[in-house]
Amino acid sequence: MAGTSPSSNSSRPAVETRQLGRVYKSRKDVVVALQGVDLSVNQGELFGVLGPNGAGKTTLIKILVTLLLPSSGQAWVDGLDVVTDYRALRHRISMVSGGENAGYGLLRVREQLWLFSQLYGMSSSAARSRIDELLERLGLAEVANRKITGLSSGMRQKMSLVRGLMTDPRVIFLDEPTVALDVGAARDVRTEVRRWMREDPTRTVILTTHYMQEADELCDRVAIVNRGEVIAHGTPQALKQQVDEDVIVDLQLEPGRPLLDALRAVEGVGAASAREEDGIDRFSLLLADDAVLPRVLSTVEGSGRRVTGLIRRQPTLEDAFVKLVGRSLHEEDSAENGA
Amino acid sequence: MTQYSPLRIFFKTVVARAYPRVIATWRQVAWIFFDMAFPIVGSLAMVLVYQGLHAPRQYLGFVVMGGAMLAFWQNVLWSMATQFSWDRGNGTLELYTIAPTTFEAVLLGMAVGSMITTTIRAGVILVAGSLLFGISYASGGALAAIGVFLLTLAALYCLGMLLASLFLFYGREAWHLATALQEPVNFLSGLYFPVRALGSYVAGGASLVPMTLGLDAMRQLLLPGTPVFIPVGLETTIVAIQVPLYAVLAGVALRFLETRARSEGKLVTRWE
Repeated sequence: MAGTSPSSNSSRPAVETRQLGRVYKSRKDVVVALQGVDLSVNQGELFGVLGPNGAGKTTLIKILVTLLLPSSGQAWVDGLDVVTDYRALRHRISMVSGGENAGYGLLRVREQLWLFSQLYGMSSSAARSRIDELLERLGLAEVANRKITGLSSGMRQKMSLVRGLMTDPRVIFLDEPTVALDVGAARDVRTEVRRWMREDPTRTVILTTHYMQEADELCDRVAIVNRGEVIAHGTPQALKQQVDEDVIVDLQLEPGRPLLDALRAVEGVGAASAREEDGIDRFSLLLADDAVLPRVLSTVEGSGRRVTGLIRRQPTLEDAFVKLVGRSLHEEDSAENGA
Repeated sequence: MTQYSPLRIFFKTVVARAYPRVIATWRQVAWIFFDMAFPIVGSLAMVLVYQGLHAPRQYLGFVVMGGAMLAFWQNVLWSMATQFSWDRGNGTLELYTIAPTTFEAVLLGMAVGSMITTTIRAGVILVAGSLLFGISYASGGALAAIGVFLLTLAALYCLGMLLASLFLFYGREAWHLATALQEPVNFLSGLYFPVRALGSYVAGGASLVPMTLGLDAMRQLLLPGTPVFIPVGLETTIVAIQVPLYAVLAGVALRFLETRARSEGKLVTRWE
């Protein structure tokens, strides 16, 4: 069905997809980036899309913002078909990507933002007033007249958020908006996103993120995408309940030979992930019950590595993710996957 | 969220996209040296060749006028057509695409924005070259020549939009095309000699670039005794037809290639 979304206006989802798929073809190979994705995001929701690198998150976003055509299925944003109504849809959406480098370095912050506001037809006076308001909120008022080339990456990312918010979109797509930001800048971005949503309860945010804590803290609901498919969705709380009955243990080990595969092979270990922090290997293990722990410790001992810490803790969204996907988001970025 | 009319968005986009180029005129003054000194040297070289060959005096006028027009052709080729490749590389093209504006407006803004520097550059070549080599022009044809010049410029920038559509889809692959279009077009359009010298077929083919006929017409109007390829009236008519022709073709190509680029994922590919 082309044109408007099948739902009525009042109950219309902000985003809806049906069996959405995308295949990238090149001379050498065919990559299925997305397949059979069914999603429905309500107006006023902050919806998270989580998944490892290459899972299909960005492909999904690019289809929804009309930069990519789907290979199969359908998608509507604010009731408009992303394929047939893309021109009308572009008035209503906005996108901010992490590490964004768009624009012109010789322009000053305020000038650059004004430039992009004009692509939406805003009056210059309204644009300037909105820009100043958002710059103030995000702590960028002092650099409003600084050239883009003189901004830190955190400032640049906040400026991109101002660009995304200033045109007052119905739905904004935030693709890893806090990636590589320091703690303070990331907090400012999250605070502003929340405040922006509070201003109008029908505003919708679709957020992809690598940070589980961010998703847990911000999102009303999340979808977990892996290998192009949505493997689970629901509220962070509901997803965490999937690991409620598991025993979750964090192990800290001194560096040594790779152990992750051996731990995963232990009977009763539902999932395991590892990362290296400050020279210490940290493993998170989902165990079927307490009886599995001695077998885990025996495996560690057999490998010749020394345990420096062991904590049993409450489940997090990351634990649910690891159980569903089989690995953590940090794992592929880790220098030593086999930690 | 207010939804504005397409016409309003079009004009606001033109002004906004022109802005960085106008600002660059003052913030990056190095262009005064690079954009003016080097082209003058190029024209000077051709003048010296003609003087060495004892060519008729009006040939010096051909070189100076050709040098001035070259500024606009290079602007179309490198500051307009290829700009989408840069914009794609840093993600700006994605933002243009998802905005409710049109690529035509963005491209027109680029053209308008770079008009200041290009016109200054062309003007300097024309004035300096004319004074330096003592070239005199027929004042009677000046107004008509200005009309032909403006028409040629319009056709040239519409052709630039058409070429830009290729960069929308092909990215850096299309650089080869831009490179290929530079020197051959400089030669075939008769920048430094009357295009009639190339023969009817070659000159006819070269007439696809509006600069060929526009320049020939301006020379006929300003430099009496210029060998006539085809009469000024016909040349002007053809250039006038090229304006809407290239504008429509550019619109169709931009639309078609945007859809293909969305289909093949080209708009989301950065450096390629």
